[in-house]
Amino acid sequence: MTLPPRFQDWFTRQGWQPHPHQIALLQATGDTLLIAPTGGGKTLAGFLPTLVDLAEPHEGMHTLYVSPLKALTADIARNLSRPVADLGLDIRIEDRTGDTRASQRARQKIDPPDILLTTPESLALMLSYEQAPRIFGGLRRVVLDELHALAENKRGDQLMLCLARLKALAPEVTVTGLSATVEDPQGLAGFMGGAQVIDADPGPDPDIAMLPTTNPAPWAGGGGHYAVRDVLAQVKQATTTIIFINTRAQAELFFQAIWAANDDNLPIGLHHGSLSREARQRVEAAMAAGELRAVVATGSLDLGIDWGAVDLVIQVGAPKNVKRLVQRIGRANHRYNAPSRARIVPANRFEVIECTAALQAVRERDLDGDPRGPGPLDVLCQHILLTACAGPFDADALFREVREAGPYRHLTQDDFDACLDFAATGGYALRAYDRWQRLMLRDGLWRLRDPRATRDLRMNIGTIVEAEMLKVRFRGRGGTPLGEVEESFAATLESGDTFLIGGQTVRYDGLRDMVVEVTKQPAREPKIAVFSGLKMATSTQLSHRVQALIGDPSQHDKLPPDTAEWLALQGRVSVLPRPGVLVTESFPHQGRWHLAVYGFAGRNALQTLGLLMTRVMEEAGLAPLGFLSTDYALLIWSLDPVTDPAPLLDRNALREGLGDWLGRNAVMKRSFRNVATIAGLIHRNLPGQRKSGRQATFSSDILYDTLRRYDPDHLMLRITTDEARRGLVDFDRIEEMLDRSDRLDHRMLDRVSPLAAPLMLEKGRVPIAGQGRERLAEAEAAALMAEAGLT
Amino acid sequence: MTTHDFIFDGQRLQARPSGALFWPERRWLIVADLHLGKSERMARRGGALLPPYETQATLDRLGAEIEATDPRRVISLGDGFDDDAAGMALPDSVCHALQAMAQGRDWTWISGNHDPGALNPRLPGQVQAQMDVGLIFRHEAGQGPDVSGHFHPCLRLAGQRMRCFLAGTDHLILPAFGAYTGGLAIDDPVLRALVPAGMAIACAHRAIPVPVTTQAAPPKPTRTRRRA
Repeated sequence: MTLPPRFQDWFTRQGWQPHPHQIALLQATGDTLLIAPTGGGKTLAGFLPTLVDLAEPHEGMHTLYVSPLKALTADIARNLSRPVADLGLDIRIEDRTGDTRASQRARQKIDPPDILLTTPESLALMLSYEQAPRIFGGLRRVVLDELHALAENKRGDQLMLCLARLKALAPEVTVTGLSATVEDPQGLAGFMGGAQVIDADPGPDPDIAMLPTTNPAPWAGGGGHYAVRDVLAQVKQATTTIIFINTRAQAELFFQAIWAANDDNLPIGLHHGSLSREARQRVEAAMAAGELRAVVATGSLDLGIDWGAVDLVIQVGAPKNVKRLVQRIGRANHRYNAPSRARIVPANRFEVIECTAALQAVRERDLDGDPRGPGPLDVLCQHILLTACAGPFDADALFREVREAGPYRHLTQDDFDACLDFAATGGYALRAYDRWQRLMLRDGLWRLRDPRATRDLRMNIGTIVEAEMLKVRFRGRGGTPLGEVEESFAATLESGDTFLIGGQTVRYDGLRDMVVEVTKQPAREPKIAVFSGLKMATSTQLSHRVQALIGDPSQHDKLPPDTAEWLALQGRVSVLPRPGVLVTESFPHQGRWHLAVYGFAGRNALQTLGLLMTRVMEEAGLAPLGFLSTDYALLIWSLDPVTDPAPLLDRNALREGLGDWLGRNAVMKRSFRNVATIAGLIHRNLPGQRKSGRQATFSSDILYDTLRRYDPDHLMLRITTDEARRGLVDFDRIEEMLDRSDRLDHRMLDRVSPLAAPLMLEKGRVPIAGQGRERLAEAEAAALMAEAGLT
Repeated sequence: MTTHDFIFDGQRLQARPSGALFWPERRWLIVADLHLGKSERMARRGGALLPPYETQATLDRLGAEIEATDPRRVISLGDGFDDDAAGMALPDSVCHALQAMAQGRDWTWISGNHDPGALNPRLPGQVQAQMDVGLIFRHEAGQGPDVSGHFHPCLRLAGQRMRCFLAGTDHLILPAFGAYTGGLAIDDPVLRALVPAGMAIACAHRAIPVPVTTQAAPPKPTRTRRRA
């Protein structure tokens, strides 16, 4: 396909030249994957072949566009309307998301638009309709936007299953993926089921550096508050700045700190996922209108609408991941051919090293990323059930179709059969549901036993399982909604506790009708601002770079002098961690023995290692009392010293501990809940269902315990264990750490080492107490009794 | 001691951490809301196929309680079956297990809203709407003083949700004994109206008494805490 003259004219009238990658995409014949930086005209490139096609009349739906964000579909519809109008094309463009009115949805089933803009979940829903073959039968093109983001989680796996379905329904269809810069374009193309990779000109190298600060970074902590005035000075010089911070809690605290120093009253906003939708939309609108000079944001702004005016990105805290850093830098894209400007602010001394290593990686264009595992089976279970909603299916045909999806190309017949059996009978060792199977095999085809089940199954579509969230509202009638906090966080609050939300300090008054009621408390220092338990771990590649940088004194001149001196002292007093060696130190401090393990395996893996090692220490009688983990090191304290860490790091003992001890851990229960929800074993709590509270649904923990006891080989438990190897438990990285450490180097010291000193100041200590929970409950009950005058 | 003894309507009763109530004077064991056959009923209605082990899990726990207390009479306080059809469909193995447990004692099934109908003839015992021995045993709290179930009361202690007994002047409400049963928080208006003040007994590793007061939320003890 070439660019027709009227399109060429249109570009000329805009004063533009089509980008080479836009032309390349037009000329490509098969499926394609376009890798382009932000602002590279990616979306137009994706739609250009469609617009050229639709200059000729077409019946039915021609192009399906899928984006991870609802907001993006509306934005795209607006952006497309201009060239469509200018070119005088007769094209109907509509979006279809969870917000679309029922009447419009019904009409779209009968009379689909030429271009439909949607999300993965809405696509899965549409494919579960009986009418799906008619709606999608004539489809010619599919555009997958922000594919790099979708590929990071199960939404991408579900989307690829849906894509395989679409290809079966519409064999003529051509697929284009659009992605930001990624480390492994071929891998992403494989994820799509195979595609020709087209690289756009990445543009000039970014102007990226550490932000020079008046004060040096502190020894520990993650807030970056020491640099607030330096950040403000940068904001003042720039037009519009995005200040990225890693966690919501830190964003709240930084936002407060920056306003406390904001003598010029620069308009600065706050944006993160715990704020109410209204609050986020207000900030987005103000940003689009150019009314803000800066936004303090978390990953909630990683994707989404481009604000042309952003000319500076400041990353506060270690970036954790080079790829994400590069993508964030790309947000400062005021002109495509001008370099993006970004400054990094390490939050503590260790992060100075990480930021230095990350900058090196950015300059060398060495992006990181973990290879994707095979397609998860819980998503496949959901897909099988949704396929049954659309109509009877043949198991062999479905198996072949599923293997067309990139993530499932190596799916075995056994695994497919297990998922089908789960969908049909529950897959239990005890065959209890012969009469009440969900799917029945009749005339060689699988179908729903009870067609009424479609409603429940469709309600359960999707792979995002949110933590139970509670709304936060000012006390009193019609109190203003402020945002949401995790239920587990709310459970830790006591009347009178203060916390930060939406940039204000509020006091917890109580829980009423499943709403957290608060009053304003401006004067008090907030107790806590932790409402997201998940912290991202530093990527494997970046951890390796950090370890290599620490272990190579010839590189230390690249570090600020105070950091270089600190490492030199460590080299004299103990030893520097270095690649190939797992360095550990034992030393006494304040009457306790401490063991530092410099594992460089990310905080999730090191937390798991802490749980497993303290268990072995408990058995060995070393009386461990607690531990804490950072991205680089694990610190365990105990009554007796560890003189030989080798038995504690024995791979087999650790593996055994994972299966046995971790099986009862809350982290595993959380993973199980997600898996069971996605697979359709338990149903989501939908808004409005919980409020009645009357004998609310029982907790998934009970199902987990029951299965472990009565059916330990069940598919759901197998999937849960597989997931535990990555994600929160991250056992794979413990194995990786052992693989790359040829030997142990253990040092017995008489005092805290320089490298361990900052660890002593870190927060997030995990006490080891087998009966801690019970003792807490006893103590609280006793205090309540005493308060009530009872004994 | 893992149980908690208390006085209700002049009678000394024993709350057990399993959620069962024992009346030592008469040697009666009372359990509420067994909901036997729940997973089967959900499957029948086209819902999720839950792990079909909850009836066995409930029976295992009930058997242990009977062994521990050797009661003269066992009372199921209503909703013993998730519905009448579930009661009828119980497999023989379950019926035999219940027969064995009932050997040498009286067994009473109080009717509940889930199981108002006739008893499966393969099961031991008799069905009664309620039982009045001065103290009234019924499924749902009525004119007190009475002992009932139905609401599945729950409370939160040290951040953990647990089942509990709820005892006021007029009503003693038992937690659900069945395995797959949800719960209603004791500060829910419905439970608050029945028991405005009194005591909850949490089913933890032991039965832990906690006061229930008329305030909107129970008073929280002040603890010293390091500043975050």
